[in-house]
Amino acid sequence: MQFAAALGKALLGACRDLAPIVLVIAVFQLLVLQQPFPEFASILIGLALVVVGLAFFVVGLDIGLFPLGEALAEEFARKGSLFWLLLFAFTLGAGTTVAEPALIAVTREGAIAAAESGLINNLPEAIDRYALGVRLTVALSVGAAIVVGVLRILRGWPLPVLIVSGYVLVMVMTLFAPEGIVGLAYDSGGVTTSTVTVPLVTALGVGLARTIRGRDPVTDGFGLIALASLTPMIFVMLFGLLVH
Amino acid sequence: MDIIFDPLRLLLATAKDVVPVLLLLVLFQTLVLKRPIPRPGRIIFGFCLVLVGMACFLGGLDLALFPLGRSMAILLAEGARSGGADTWASYGWVYLFALLVGFSTTIAEPSLIAVAHKAEEASRHSISAWGLRLAVAIGVAVGIALGTFRIVSGTPLYLYIMVGYVVVAVQTVLAPKMIVPLAYDSGGVTTSTVTVPLVAALGLGLASNVPGRSPALDGFGLIAFASLFPIISVLGYAQLAQFKARRRHR
Repeated sequence: MQFAAALGKALLGACRDLAPIVLVIAVFQLLVLQQPFPEFASILIGLALVVVGLAFFVVGLDIGLFPLGEALAEEFARKGSLFWLLLFAFTLGAGTTVAEPALIAVTREGAIAAAESGLINNLPEAIDRYALGVRLTVALSVGAAIVVGVLRILRGWPLPVLIVSGYVLVMVMTLFAPEGIVGLAYDSGGVTTSTVTVPLVTALGVGLARTIRGRDPVTDGFGLIALASLTPMIFVMLFGLLVH
Repeated sequence: MDIIFDPLRLLLATAKDVVPVLLLLVLFQTLVLKRPIPRPGRIIFGFCLVLVGMACFLGGLDLALFPLGRSMAILLAEGARSGGADTWASYGWVYLFALLVGFSTTIAEPSLIAVAHKAEEASRHSISAWGLRLAVAIGVAVGIALGTFRIVSGTPLYLYIMVGYVVVAVQTVLAPKMIVPLAYDSGGVTTSTVTVPLVAALGLGLASNVPGRSPALDGFGLIAFASLFPIISVLGYAQLAQFKARRRHR
């Protein structure tokens, strides 16, 4: 019964969340471009799927991802073993990133662009090796970001100092890094945080900050995602500097 | 046939995303922490819901919104060029479309829903999830509209980004401390499953239709805008709330 109520609420929420995008597309199609809808039935089926999917996702977060993430964070904090916590943080960051479909697509396009501009040999093996190199670099950097972020929560380091110095580093490296890799580096920062990783990493941060005395769940618990979108830029440009 | 086979393929694709994460969590929980998983049946059920939900969500987007949105972005970009004098002002519909698409896709973004939900809970409801999402969506909308203006006008990307970072740095000093990490995080979560495909299509459509722009050089800046401006708008939203609260106290 409780589940049915939660699902009903989530369905209503999903309708509300999707109404703006449906409205925008419909208004532009009918009024601005003045064209009818092609394949109206498949659009309706698609919309129903999107609404149901979003509702399932939200309910699943509440009963699956969030509680497990927080339970893990609390038990790690209680166990008090820094080594295992950091190993977990690294594996969570690197492991969820390395297989990310968006990242695979972006690194592949980046490698092809690099081959065309003559940065690397225009051979399939060279392109594959380059794409894999960038992908592993990004995975490594996200792992490192979560480790630094967890250390920050434990030690209470201020986040703005970390982020601002990170951005200064990005700026400086942009000047020195080979031109062909800068766009790829910037893009890889945006694609790393997937829909499964974000809730888990957030739950980990908030759970840790809540369990450790003297930490505030809001001020200290957030910030992991920000670090995970910053470090790939730095690491990928470093990769570019080393390879070329 | 498509409708029968596509969901299966999508379910497998999302399973590849979800199952390794679940395995990792279970492994650490049982081998390292040596604790039983609290309410395992419920949690497995939750993961299944996430998996099925994401598959339906992505499949539905591909069926209903993405093809239409993509062709719309390209049509608008083409129409603006053929529609008369080639100045930045003749792209009015494009900017409006960018603004509205930025806003509405961000409202539908699942990762942002998750983060906002967590923020409301962690702050014991002093941060409203809906308010946070509105602030982020306004930031993305302004960012993408400005990004399309940049592509059309051909002004250099780094100028905007540099100015943006300076604004963020100043706001970081002035804004209430509790919102800063959350604001930085919202920059990272906005560019995800719903926003990127539509915005990328808009960027590429514009870059290949505006004379003198190259898709490879000018197409990618939009994502950078969409991650920068939410930081500014969320910090601004918190500053506004703080300002109002202070005035009330006087």
